Amino acid sequence: MLILLGLSLPPALPADEVLRLGNGAEPETLDPQRAEGVSALNILRDLDEGLTAAGPAGAAVPAAAERWDVSADGRDYVFHLRHDARWSNGDALTADDFVAGLRRSVDPATGSAYAQVLSPIDNAGAVAAGRLPPSRLGVDAPDPYTLHIRLAVPATYLPALLAHPATFPVHGPSLARYGRDFARPGHLVSNGAYRLQEWVPQSRVVLQRNPYYRDAATTAVERVVYLPTEDVGAELQRYRAGELDVTAAIPMSQARWVRQRFGGELHLAPYLGSYWYGYNLSRPPFQGNAGLRRALSLVIDREVIAGKLLQDAALPSYTLVPEGTLDYSPQRPDWAAWPRERRIAEAQRLYAAAGYSAGHPLDVELRYNTQEDHRRIATVIAAMWKQRLGVRTRLVNEEWKVFLQNRRLRAVTEVFRGGWIGDYDDASAFLDELRSFDGKNDEAYASPAYDALLAQAQRQADPARRRELLQQAERQLLDDAPVLPIYGYQSKHLVKPWVQGWRDNPLDIHYSKDLRVLPH
Amino acid sequence: MLSLALRRLLGAVPTLLLLLTLAFFLMHAAPGGPFDAERSLPPQIEAALRAQYQLDQPLWRQYLHYLGGLLRGDLGPSFQYGGFSVAELIGSGAPVSFRLGAAALLLALLLGVVLGSAAALQRGGWLDRVLMTFALAGISVPAYVVAPLLVLLFAVTLHWLPAGGWSAGGVSDAVLPVISLALPQVAAIARLSRASMIEVLSAPYIRTARAKGLPLRLVVWRHALKPALLPVLSYLGPAAAGLVTGSVVIEQVFGIPGIGRYFVQGALNRDYTLVLGVVLFYGALIVLFNFLVDMLYGVLDPRVRSA
Repeated sequence: MLILLGLSLPPALPADEVLRLGNGAEPETLDPQRAEGVSALNILRDLDEGLTAAGPAGAAVPAAAERWDVSADGRDYVFHLRHDARWSNGDALTADDFVAGLRRSVDPATGSAYAQVLSPIDNAGAVAAGRLPPSRLGVDAPDPYTLHIRLAVPATYLPALLAHPATFPVHGPSLARYGRDFARPGHLVSNGAYRLQEWVPQSRVVLQRNPYYRDAATTAVERVVYLPTEDVGAELQRYRAGELDVTAAIPMSQARWVRQRFGGELHLAPYLGSYWYGYNLSRPPFQGNAGLRRALSLVIDREVIAGKLLQDAALPSYTLVPEGTLDYSPQRPDWAAWPRERRIAEAQRLYAAAGYSAGHPLDVELRYNTQEDHRRIATVIAAMWKQRLGVRTRLVNEEWKVFLQNRRLRAVTEVFRGGWIGDYDDASAFLDELRSFDGKNDEAYASPAYDALLAQAQRQADPARRRELLQQAERQLLDDAPVLPIYGYQSKHLVKPWVQGWRDNPLDIHYSKDLRVLPH
Repeated sequence: MLSLALRRLLGAVPTLLLLLTLAFFLMHAAPGGPFDAERSLPPQIEAALRAQYQLDQPLWRQYLHYLGGLLRGDLGPSFQYGGFSVAELIGSGAPVSFRLGAAALLLALLLGVVLGSAAALQRGGWLDRVLMTFALAGISVPAYVVAPLLVLLFAVTLHWLPAGGWSAGGVSDAVLPVISLALPQVAAIARLSRASMIEVLSAPYIRTARAKGLPLRLVVWRHALKPALLPVLSYLGPAAAGLVTGSVVIEQVFGIPGIGRYFVQGALNRDYTLVLGVVLFYGALIVLFNFLVDMLYGVLDPRVRSA
């Protein structure tokens, strides 16, 4: 009896540990297959649990699945689910719930923004294109605790991908009863460490510890309050006033002051994101002009931008794939190690070879979406181009949706701001989007060699060989210079000293169940 | 009076319809759509989404569809916030915005009239100069400067009031937002009532009253205040519009779950239905407010009643 009680009752914890998190934008939905923004995904990782979770070092660790087996050709994965996993209403969690979630993710009727990241799964592309029914997706459940995933290509990053909320299970009875409204407060049944208690739009999302969660006994934080904090300046004030335990970000333009003022409370860490400028290769002046593209890249002083302008809240970058990507070495070009004078001399030589001079300077347009940091960076880069090469730059800023459309149409752009945050920790998350046929390739970069290398990497089951192919592809890319890498992102949080267990990681994923809030 | 009221109310219907129509077509004319994002959707999925929200239909049909829904009281689903309908979002945000706006308006009226009258009575004196300098600053310094300064002082430094949020919707949550929202209006109303009071105080009947030996306090209270308030009253319409636009900033800075932020975010996200819902709501509010002011004008000024 005592043992039973000891197991079923939480250990003596101080009453009500509450964690208050700044969460950026208001979450658009808590439907795991339809959520898209960082803020919604943060909450979903507390509410639900995937087959795997993001481990502290980036690699996937077992979660709802206690282990998995991979076939020799790397195309068949069998996940063995825990037998003690339950939904927040006490229903047993089964492999069918995961099958339903994965099918729902690629079903075009769902409208999931992440359908494409599941493309390695057998038939995923055909299902997403509406050519096959979702039931033909390469996922099945031989028994309630076994899930089989058949891949079209040996995607070695599949376990990491399965920590993404788009792959989370769905509670069948709720979906059947409420349809698309199953994720609303009052309806939502979740399988993670927390259940949804309250959601007041634009005000707060409150989660309560889920008593049915397998690890409920060791989950210390009783309630998690997610607060929308769209305005980073206002968020900082609320943190200072003691209303938040963790911020979603800090104002980049105040990074130096924040560091001096808060010292160890500031957590800056490499984050899986890249910031770059793209060249439109379908129009002059950059069409067929790799020398000119390289010249403009050579004269950018990335240390000045990341260090002085962005006050070390960013990392200077020479590559598309950010430093710290799992099982990968970003391929810095040789010139990254050159002294500044040599870089400038080489840039001037390339600039002249492209037919430009002081008397006949390059006139170029640089387009970015309206935002203060983008404007500051563009201004500094235009000045560097002007000073070293004599380039005349016109800065054009546009509202986000207009900018996206113009970038995609490739009809008016010359140089434009670009950026990407990896959905999963793998170099392909960055490299794939510059394949000639990819929908995100706003640069119109079309290199058969590059496409072929990535296709080979995709078919490769051997991790070492695959890594070599991906690295080779990036070398090719940087040599062709369709993009001008500028900086690598950093996650930027302020964390109160009483929050224990906070670990910085490249995906910036923090599970509230792993944290503690000490009395303060 | 009653027929005037009825005519004004009926006249509001075409006004709102025109507003809605303009907003509808302007929104759709803006480049980009609700499903444009950095993460571009595969064509089939985007097509499925567009069909789901009737965006694949010709524009005129979408317009009629929207109007049809409106007649049934349906404002449609939000494109951005998939979990909620527009009616739900406005329903949860409007009471908050309304409380905030009403409190700010009341504060602005009270403070504005008192300060303006006080300045008028001391015309040219030190109080007048101090108050009018303050009023000029109140009008010229935007809310997004004032609000963070107030937060810095009262929340971060003194810890008297919260820096933001609307946890219980309590009085302490409302103090700083209401003050920030009211300040520009206090300033405008103070200047207006000062000018108006000065004009009234120089009128012959006031001079007569003073000549009879009535004390100044009584003259102001009984004879000057009411006529001096008329221009202030007609300013209430623009003031309400000012509060609406001000709330867009204030709600963002203080993290208040009103509908002001939907106005801007909705437009930036091309969340057509949400923007139309908010436009309709604000439009109706301003029309209603102007109507009430007109009626009140009739009560206070007999000349309007007979016209």
